[in-house]
Amino acid sequence: MTKGSYLVAMVLAAVMVCQAHAELTIDVTHGVDNPTRIAVVPITESGSQLREDVGAIVAEDLRRSGLFEPMPRTNMLSNPATAGEVYFRDWRIVSMEYVVVGKAVRQSDNRILVTYSLLQVPGERTVFTEEVRGSDSELRDIAHHISDKVFETVTGIRGVFSTRIAYITATPEQGQLVYRLLVSDADGARERLMLRSKQPIMSPSWSPDGAELVYVSFETGRPAIFRQRLVDAHREQVTNFGGLNGAPAWSPDGRSLALVLSKDGNPEIYLYSMAARSFTRLTQHFSIDTEPNWTPDGRAIVFTSDRGGSPQIYKLTIASGELKRLTFNGSYNARPRLAPDGRTLVMVHRNQGLFHIASQDLVTGNMRILTSTSLDESPSVAPNGAMLLYATKVGGKGVLAAVSIDAGVRFLLPSRGGDVREPSWSPFLK
Amino acid sequence: MKRSAFKTVFLIGMCSLFLASCSSKPTTPSTSGAGTGVSNGGVATGSLSGDGVRGTTLDTSGGIDTVFYFEFDRAVLKPEALAALRIHAQRLMANPVNVRIEGHADERGTREYNMALGERRGSAVKEFLTLQGVRGDILEVISYGEESPAVMGSSEGDMALNRRVEMK
Repeated sequence: MTKGSYLVAMVLAAVMVCQAHAELTIDVTHGVDNPTRIAVVPITESGSQLREDVGAIVAEDLRRSGLFEPMPRTNMLSNPATAGEVYFRDWRIVSMEYVVVGKAVRQSDNRILVTYSLLQVPGERTVFTEEVRGSDSELRDIAHHISDKVFETVTGIRGVFSTRIAYITATPEQGQLVYRLLVSDADGARERLMLRSKQPIMSPSWSPDGAELVYVSFETGRPAIFRQRLVDAHREQVTNFGGLNGAPAWSPDGRSLALVLSKDGNPEIYLYSMAARSFTRLTQHFSIDTEPNWTPDGRAIVFTSDRGGSPQIYKLTIASGELKRLTFNGSYNARPRLAPDGRTLVMVHRNQGLFHIASQDLVTGNMRILTSTSLDESPSVAPNGAMLLYATKVGGKGVLAAVSIDAGVRFLLPSRGGDVREPSWSPFLK
Repeated sequence: MKRSAFKTVFLIGMCSLFLASCSSKPTTPSTSGAGTGVSNGGVATGSLSGDGVRGTTLDTSGGIDTVFYFEFDRAVLKPEALAALRIHAQRLMANPVNVRIEGHADERGTREYNMALGERRGSAVKEFLTLQGVRGDILEVISYGEESPAVMGSSEGDMALNRRVEMK
């Protein structure tokens, strides 16, 4: 059997089909103490329902952020569709701070035009009005766009409701674990299967343009790195060395991958140039060097190494070769991820035998433990730097959870299937 | 802890779109693009190519151990593993067969770090066997990290069973 046909046989199921149902749901477990009170009035097409309940999606997005408390629809005294129809006293007497109203109109090309406004109740003013167009299948995208705009206008923080997450599930099926690589919207909806395999899949990571994933799959009988496009599921094997082929991380300029190979005897970090298809070794040490992540400027990587006797996080400036140890607090700090500001480092930190997600300010050196559960791992920072996703265990089952970078907001994404793990938050998408 | 009551199940949309896009493009994994890098040191998928390898399966007659356990965060062979490994060494010297030495870790710690730890454990077994005289080219270490546990569960006993090397 040739190598090619062997691979085809192993991954026949690697097609982009949808699941019968989404795996993930969302439970907000803790929000801020004084969330902004907002009413999102139902957005309809002259009173008739759209294929997606845009207003409900916006309200749920804002609630999930933990920073907003959307008003239940049943409490609304009126259902205005335009800014001109809003009677501010209807909203003042129920202590709303903001109101979102909107209406949908089907255009001659069958696309839907949504005109919506954000109004501030105490000031009795329209903050902005915007038009958004899309097809019926893009109604969720329209809703997330509205959420992003409202969120950014009120909080000053760019919204991440239009982003996606990738993650791995492992589900027992007929006495055997079946692994899946999945991508969904940030709210868990529109889950799509990228790869299904009876061999492990791990370490998914996004390309900086959000168009591709890179990950490790054992489908060849050994760990190997693959890249795969989202649009058509086309995939390509990147590495096939003996030993470890792991922890791929796309550079911010999209031209290279930092990854781990042990072909020379022990795990070292390499730079793989996409254009030249060549590998450059970055680390030279007999200890474990792994889990590279790029600084936002692409000039350095942070990574885990036990060269000092325990796993700690180091920074390597690529051009100069300068190496600097970043973590000194505790005997296990691993799997670093940098926030977009390049200043906040998040990691897995062991404290009294329990594994938590911690953040460290690289300027002050202050470390803060963000999670209180044990076996927390795989932190992935949202592209706005405000939240991070991670994996934990609840009732013995792997689930995804999120926490704000200031630890004030938390939510769980419980799964109805098997173990969910290794969340990876996409960059901002076009 | 405050827990809000809502819990929403999101429905899938856009299935037909993606099905349509899939059908036109087979998802054949290709190594052709990475050919240069792979041939410069990559291991071909499939069997190892040691000359004079006669058998295809590991001789496990006599109920000899093929699974060896490790302490937490350690990759040092336990004394009780050595007797069985010496027998494996003798058999592999007399009758070389390709052996997969699969290293595993428990679920504590990060996944890629555990991949490295699993490889260290597998390498400890390989090193012992080659020191006994077994040809290194018939022994391949493959780490599964914590990705392929022997048992589910997070008790100390469960995790002890997952920190292992399996010879196949």
